[in-house]
Amino acid sequence: MRDWSLVSLSVLFGLTARWAVSLSSYSGAGKAPMFGDYEAQRHWQEVTYNLPVEEWYFNTSDNNLLYWGLDYPPLTAYHSLLCAHIAQLINPDWISLHTSRGYESISHKLYMRATVMAADLIVYIPAVLLYSLYFSEGSSKKKVSTMLCMLLYPGLILIDYGHFHVCFPQHWNTYNCVSLGFALWGVLGLALGWDLCGSLAFCLALNYKQMELYHALPFFCYLLGKCTREGLTGKGLTHLLKIAGTVAASFALCWLPFLADPAQALQVLRRLFPVDRGLFEDKVANTWCSLSILVKVKNLLLPQTQLRLSASHTVCVLCLQCIPIVFVSAVHPHTWLFFWLFSVHPHCLCALPVCLLISEIPFMSTWFLQVTTFSMLPLLLKDGLLLPYIVTSLAFLLISITLLSALEQTSEEDLKLKQLFTCRRKHMPWFNAPLLAKSGYILSVLCMAVLSFLSAALSPPARLPDLFPVAISLFSYVHFVGFLIYFNTIHLTELPSKKTEKKTN
Amino acid sequence: MAALTAVSWSCFLTLSIGVSLLKCLLITTYHSTDFEVHRNWLAITHSLPVSQWYYEATSEWTLDYPPLFAWFEYGLSHIAKYFDKEMLVIQHLNHASPATVLFQRLSVILTDIVFIYTVRECCRCVNGRKESKELLEEPAFILAMLLLWNFGLLIIDHIHFQYNGFLFGFLLLSVARLLQNRHLEGALVFAVLLNLKHIYLYVAPAYGIYLLRSYCFTKSAPDGSVQWSSFSFTRLVALGTIVCSVFAVSFGPFITMGQLPQVLSRLFPFKRGLCHAYWAPNFWALYNAVDKALSILGLKLKLLDADGASKASMTGGLVQEFRHTVLPSVSPLTTFICTLVSITPAVLCLWRKPQGPRGFLRCLIICALGSFMFGWHVHEKAILIAILPLSLMAVDNRRDAGIFIILTTTGHLSLFPLIFTAPEQPIKILLMLLFTIYSLASLQRLFRKEGSLLSWLEAVYLTGLVPLEVFCEVVYPLTSWQQTLPFLPLLLTSVYCALGVTYSFFKLYLSMLTEPEGMQKRKDQ
Repeated sequence: MRDWSLVSLSVLFGLTARWAVSLSSYSGAGKAPMFGDYEAQRHWQEVTYNLPVEEWYFNTSDNNLLYWGLDYPPLTAYHSLLCAHIAQLINPDWISLHTSRGYESISHKLYMRATVMAADLIVYIPAVLLYSLYFSEGSSKKKVSTMLCMLLYPGLILIDYGHFHVCFPQHWNTYNCVSLGFALWGVLGLALGWDLCGSLAFCLALNYKQMELYHALPFFCYLLGKCTREGLTGKGLTHLLKIAGTVAASFALCWLPFLADPAQALQVLRRLFPVDRGLFEDKVANTWCSLSILVKVKNLLLPQTQLRLSASHTVCVLCLQCIPIVFVSAVHPHTWLFFWLFSVHPHCLCALPVCLLISEIPFMSTWFLQVTTFSMLPLLLKDGLLLPYIVTSLAFLLISITLLSALEQTSEEDLKLKQLFTCRRKHMPWFNAPLLAKSGYILSVLCMAVLSFLSAALSPPARLPDLFPVAISLFSYVHFVGFLIYFNTIHLTELPSKKTEKKTN
Repeated sequence: MAALTAVSWSCFLTLSIGVSLLKCLLITTYHSTDFEVHRNWLAITHSLPVSQWYYEATSEWTLDYPPLFAWFEYGLSHIAKYFDKEMLVIQHLNHASPATVLFQRLSVILTDIVFIYTVRECCRCVNGRKESKELLEEPAFILAMLLLWNFGLLIIDHIHFQYNGFLFGFLLLSVARLLQNRHLEGALVFAVLLNLKHIYLYVAPAYGIYLLRSYCFTKSAPDGSVQWSSFSFTRLVALGTIVCSVFAVSFGPFITMGQLPQVLSRLFPFKRGLCHAYWAPNFWALYNAVDKALSILGLKLKLLDADGASKASMTGGLVQEFRHTVLPSVSPLTTFICTLVSITPAVLCLWRKPQGPRGFLRCLIICALGSFMFGWHVHEKAILIAILPLSLMAVDNRRDAGIFIILTTTGHLSLFPLIFTAPEQPIKILLMLLFTIYSLASLQRLFRKEGSLLSWLEAVYLTGLVPLEVFCEVVYPLTSWQQTLPFLPLLLTSVYCALGVTYSFFKLYLSMLTEPEGMQKRKDQ
């Protein structure tokens, strides 16, 4: 069959799955007074449409920041404004100031879902198409399989199209497809060698969601490394300056309305990084879900210590990974993707880079993606998304096993562990990596199934109300540590060989 | 000819699990009144003795399927009580608790296993192509995809709500058995099917004639005509025993209770109008449209009396009777005769020169289409009786593939009005695109050496469906016609689709009557 039809079928299939998930029950509904993320998005449309730019980030009589105040970078606000203008054409009640609070109706829900779908179609899906068709390896059939797998990654679908409410205020929201899509465009730009376009796209991602900062360091290191290679005194310097200029210009463009008055810009920053409100600790504790669970279990560490611990942890891991990228020259885009896996952040954000590895290491990436989806189970349960969760996870498992034949790609070669094991083999001849990996995978999938079933079907004992969420977090945490070690290992051991291999291309 | 190797078997499994997962995602979608119909039947069969089943009339949705289907509901009701006991109370009209929805939806998804098994059997009947190396170009794979992922089945069963997958499983299974020359099994399965849903009576002539001609007569004369001396009485008795015993099991209890007239009156209600609430794209749609056009023309030219002209809109969404203004009104008897006339040549052809199981399959499709074209109160869903068996022939030769494309596209599009709620619109359109693009691309690829599937005129006609749909779904709601001409989108869609369906009907007929001998021989080899 011709490629175009397979590609269009995959895209249609991805869209069908997305829309089918978006039909699922509307759980944030009626939960006054705060409602959920859905209401937050609607409220931002209301605020951006009705108030002048200067008031968007300020607490005024018309803009109560305690009620879902805008705390995302300007690009998100502009997006809300655009959506609001369209909403105004359809039904002005949806965004009328004050009176529209907690507005809920079927047609409005449809409208919100449609905006997500539109954003997805414009930003994320084309990037996935381009990436999987031009930058992944293998036959055209394999490329299409990779694409389908990336499009059907359950985590992103469930977060963007399922309905999340008051869990993780600030961090989890719809429209993840936009920021991740822009980040992906950034990767594509760098992969094509268009560094300026790449950095522009990534700046847009940063200006859409400050969470993208997690991804920023590898971008920075990669570009810095490239400039160093060209010679920091001559060509490299101009290149660096050009990139810096692009970044500065794109930031300036995004922040234009707020730059006139320094107070404005400061207020926006304060909203984005609310350090002074003392919320930071809470949120990090939240985000560092697994870690905080450990703390909860042991009940030993104070929140402050915990914060410091997590921060230092991140920095350590980051340094470990970023140092080589600056010094090792001639890094191929594929290789540096490994760098993205730097935090124990068990969510979508680090799922994107792993998505990009699907065609290279299908076994490990699909396993990892499966675990990330599983780690969100407590939240999904709270939102009544059990059915879509089960269906999409099973579908993802099915696709990864049949289309990508993930289970068969467990040889040392496939796992990129060959170098490591050649020296190891002398000492441990009994060590059978494929068998170990395969049985580990099956065991872990079984565990996930059992835990999912238990937490959905049984009510926990009265003494331990959080038993299942804790178990799930712990389970995922163990996996993430394992994956962290694994991806770091292959990253550090694979670099030299990759370098020579890719240079010839 | 087992075209299923180990690889394609795992692929088949993937396809069927994949589509089942998609069905699960559709659990929360809108469901039509058929949902309540089936809930009511669950309640009736569960809480009443058999003697009351066909008399119960608390709900307007009385039991109007044959007894075996009632027994099927009875069986289901014993699982249903573990989900929600409330749904089994007759008085609880429109009971749709989440557990009820889950149970009913899951029952459809799980009984579809029959369909999946059948599709596998059908795939085994397909000739594998030696020259194709790629799995995606394997006819058996394409057939599995066309059947399992059939757009019509997906939206009717899993959004609109009905048990067609399971029933079509029986139909295709009997077809597959006949293709495999296991005639008695085929007859048994078809007899069971008739007692599950009597709409399949439409295709019964094809079965009757084929079994009589090709099974009870063991030999044909050299020129293909009947050799009377080869009649095997034992075969006829075996066939008769099987069919009669199935009917005896099903209707026997009601005959002994003396309820047969009551059961039959429930099964064949002739009170309903010529056309169903939404017009099926058949001959009567064209007939009504011509009548409408003539009456408007007549009013303009002052040839008709304005008071006499019935202003009733035929597609107001209710099952209602409709009097024609200019053309003569149509009675059930007329439609019956028309149907009979339309299928007679095909049946005669099957009798005079049977062309093996393939000839039977063609005749079956013509019977289904003929009754769809001329039947009384035809549901647009009935087009599936033609579409699904036609899939079997579409992967076999190019001409049928072309007919298949036209018939499925128009037939499926005419199903669009069934799903009218806003949240389901994107799903409907996406699934339709998925199926249409897949069938076009894969069949074109399969027969790429034999030229294009569609002539330019057919291609233009099919492309015309896009602006038509855009007009009906997007432009029309914005215009003032919504008040003055409420039936316009349905009328346009059904008339436009009726053209395609009629065209494929005639094309299919032509291919049956003129099937060249050479083609026939090639297939027998």
